[in-house]
Amino acid sequence: MTPHSNVPPTRSHGPRKLTPKPHPILSRIFSTDHRTIGIQYLILALVSVIIGTTLSLLMRIHLVWPDWPLPLHGLILPEDYLALVTIHGTVMLFFVLTTAPQAGFGNLILPAQIGARTMAFPGLNAASFWLTAIALITLLCSTFAPGGAAISGWTAYPPLSAVPSAGPGQALGMDLWLASIALFAIASTASSINTLTTILRNRCPGMTWERLPLTVWGWFTAALLSIIAFSVLLAAILLLFCDRHAGTSFFLPNGDLVNGVLHQGGNGSPLLWLHLFWFFGHPEVYIAILPGMGLTSMLLANFSHRRVFAYRTMIVTTLLIGLLGILLWGHHMFVAGLNPFASSAFSISTMAIALPAAAKVLSWLATTWRSRPSYKTPMLFALGFVSLFITGGLTGPILAQPILDEYLHNTFFVVAHFHLIMAMAGIFGLYAATYYWFPLLTATRSHPGRLLSEPLGHLHFWCTLIGAYAVFLPMHLTGLAGEPRHYAQLTGIPGPGGSLSPAGALLSHTLPLNRFITYAAFFLAAGQLLFLINLARTLYKGNFASSNPWQATTLEWHPTMNPFTPSSASDTSEISVHRMPCHYQSNKVEISFLPQWAPVSFAQGEIANATDSKPE
Amino acid sequence: MPAIITPNKTEQERKRRVEDHDNGAGRRPPTDKRTGGGGDNDNWNERPHGRRGPYERLHRYRMGIFFALASDLMFFVAIVSTFFVNQSTGHFDAYNHYVNEWLPTTIPPILWLNTVVLLLSSGTIEFARRNMFRETDVMDEWLGLGKPITRRALPWLSATIGLGVLFLTGQWIAWRQLARQHVFFKTNQSSHFFYLITGVHAIHLFLGIAALLAAFTGLYVSRQLENRQILVDGAAWYWHAMGLLWLFLFTLLVFFQ
Repeated sequence: MTPHSNVPPTRSHGPRKLTPKPHPILSRIFSTDHRTIGIQYLILALVSVIIGTTLSLLMRIHLVWPDWPLPLHGLILPEDYLALVTIHGTVMLFFVLTTAPQAGFGNLILPAQIGARTMAFPGLNAASFWLTAIALITLLCSTFAPGGAAISGWTAYPPLSAVPSAGPGQALGMDLWLASIALFAIASTASSINTLTTILRNRCPGMTWERLPLTVWGWFTAALLSIIAFSVLLAAILLLFCDRHAGTSFFLPNGDLVNGVLHQGGNGSPLLWLHLFWFFGHPEVYIAILPGMGLTSMLLANFSHRRVFAYRTMIVTTLLIGLLGILLWGHHMFVAGLNPFASSAFSISTMAIALPAAAKVLSWLATTWRSRPSYKTPMLFALGFVSLFITGGLTGPILAQPILDEYLHNTFFVVAHFHLIMAMAGIFGLYAATYYWFPLLTATRSHPGRLLSEPLGHLHFWCTLIGAYAVFLPMHLTGLAGEPRHYAQLTGIPGPGGSLSPAGALLSHTLPLNRFITYAAFFLAAGQLLFLINLARTLYKGNFASSNPWQATTLEWHPTMNPFTPSSASDTSEISVHRMPCHYQSNKVEISFLPQWAPVSFAQGEIANATDSKPE
Repeated sequence: MPAIITPNKTEQERKRRVEDHDNGAGRRPPTDKRTGGGGDNDNWNERPHGRRGPYERLHRYRMGIFFALASDLMFFVAIVSTFFVNQSTGHFDAYNHYVNEWLPTTIPPILWLNTVVLLLSSGTIEFARRNMFRETDVMDEWLGLGKPITRRALPWLSATIGLGVLFLTGQWIAWRQLARQHVFFKTNQSSHFFYLITGVHAIHLFLGIAALLAAFTGLYVSRQLENRQILVDGAAWYWHAMGLLWLFLFTLLVFFQ
């Protein structure tokens, strides 16, 4: 790196040449600047989350009013419902919960937090964004394929997914689904290589491993998991593709009869796909949640004006969650015919991960305990993250019992569990990040960043929190009552002799509660309109933020890391880091916090004495 | 002669550092690095001979390639574990007998020859790679005395490309030989894996040859030594990894079917 780092990073890779300037809009769209790419990822995630939410509302409508005809489409048939489930899950997990925290904020904030001016490989970074965009377009196009989109769920279990004639959407729709996920896997791997290399090689002087903010540790661990997990998924997709088109039988058992087609020859094993898929799939949910965990730690400390409780232990638990996260995939397969001894082993490793997770929760609680925090919107969403993580986490040990899972596995209890702990907690982490970093998102060279409106933000938070609990808590009850997952229709299924089927009779009791869940889902979705209004309003006439509006201690708030710099670029001095983040002091008014970049002052020993009340 | 005799003043004033033997006259590589690299107090003078110099970009790219290879390793781990699982999977037939239909695929003998070719190519690319970092030649280039590094590395690089193409041709011949015995991709469980493993490895080698060709072009086109070093070094490490991987995969196919 030359000291010339304030030139736009679009030009900073390769030798400095005077190339003719390309078209201004094109060069902005196909930019290699990590901030632009980060915003592009966030826009992609926003589009995806709107699509995914719409699909989930359609599912809720269909569950309680199965006869409602969808405009321009007609009645929602069972295969349409399954396609809704599949695309909802795929879009939300891959294109929202993986891209937005890891690639979106990972690009926008990560380099600044470690004191780097650029990512390690800007070109690779742009390539992986465009590959992700192509993957999304491929996935959405599969809706218009003959037969419709894939209907196998986001897990695409064979043997049905391996036989193109297995059902509507299992031919071209399934191929497009597989192609989309394969592209996404390649893009995510490339993006993680970039993230890891950036963290390892582009840290500024003084940024030791211990001084890395916990968000960076979250991104780092999630990137390690991506490196390990996504290529296994790619291999599995390749094998499934061969099964579908090259006549092999990796996953097809001998004598498998699907839709009148008998498979003969090779001894494949459908269970093998489950192993490969969940070896990827379980780390994937930690990829989605780890950055949010790191951010929550940092935000709670920031707004409580406290140090993170047990900082080093939090680093270790982040890595431990990553490590254990790749050892417990089998708990998704308890009812799939797994060897009972293997089930016990996976049950133990699953409960083991409750330990680092509980340590994290304890640290969050201890950080805020009796601290009189300032309840700004980002803080509220971070507290909401903690709340949802605990609520969702408490059902984890229940589902980790193979015996209990026998009953609960295919019910809405599981849906409630993973929506609370992964989807809702993940979304709350994203909202916290958006409200917290919005000034950095919106800052340009000509004006400083803007702050999202606080009153609207508070309203949005309470609507979202109440809506999230109102939607997903009752699902535990309907699940316990026996409501199955992936069923297009709960009632009205005719049984023997024209009467209601036994299953229909059982489930008719859950209908009032299901109707309530649907209303709550509409409330939750409507609450998100507040966020969109806030976003649109702030982009045009929000209040300008000061250079460090939250009194943050991490480097992304360093004045020269902001695109809008008060001083001219040539005045920037070398950035170096002098201490761990979250150096706060609650009892003194004049200097109540010391950012990581502030050089050692005479008063520091005094402050250290005042803040270092307990040994770390 | 170098294109520019007087260096452009592109850097900020920096302090003379007497401890770096900077007398203020020369274009010494900058030791004050703004974005880490080696981290705190990273001083080139303390590095071993042959590893001094502005290798920040090189090391960054090398690290990227190693992460990509680690990810690729997991890809092959997945395929090899599938191999072992499918090998031991059977089913019960109509008479309740347990049947395992795994029939090992005969390895065409030409694969031994191919393995030797690939090992040789690993040697040639290593010669090319080491020639990129000979300090006397680097000094010659720096003084503007032609491109001795390109001159030394090109023959070894070309030899590697030739050997790589030879290996792929050998693999092609092996597939033809198997096909003549009516062993195809879908014939048997073990032939699935023979073709899958050799095929996926061949795709990786195609990418490797593309990287070698890029390095070959780069050696001609690029004037900047660092770019050439990165191209050849990256291609070389990838090529080594593919050679090592082939040894494992070949052992698997020969001894563990």
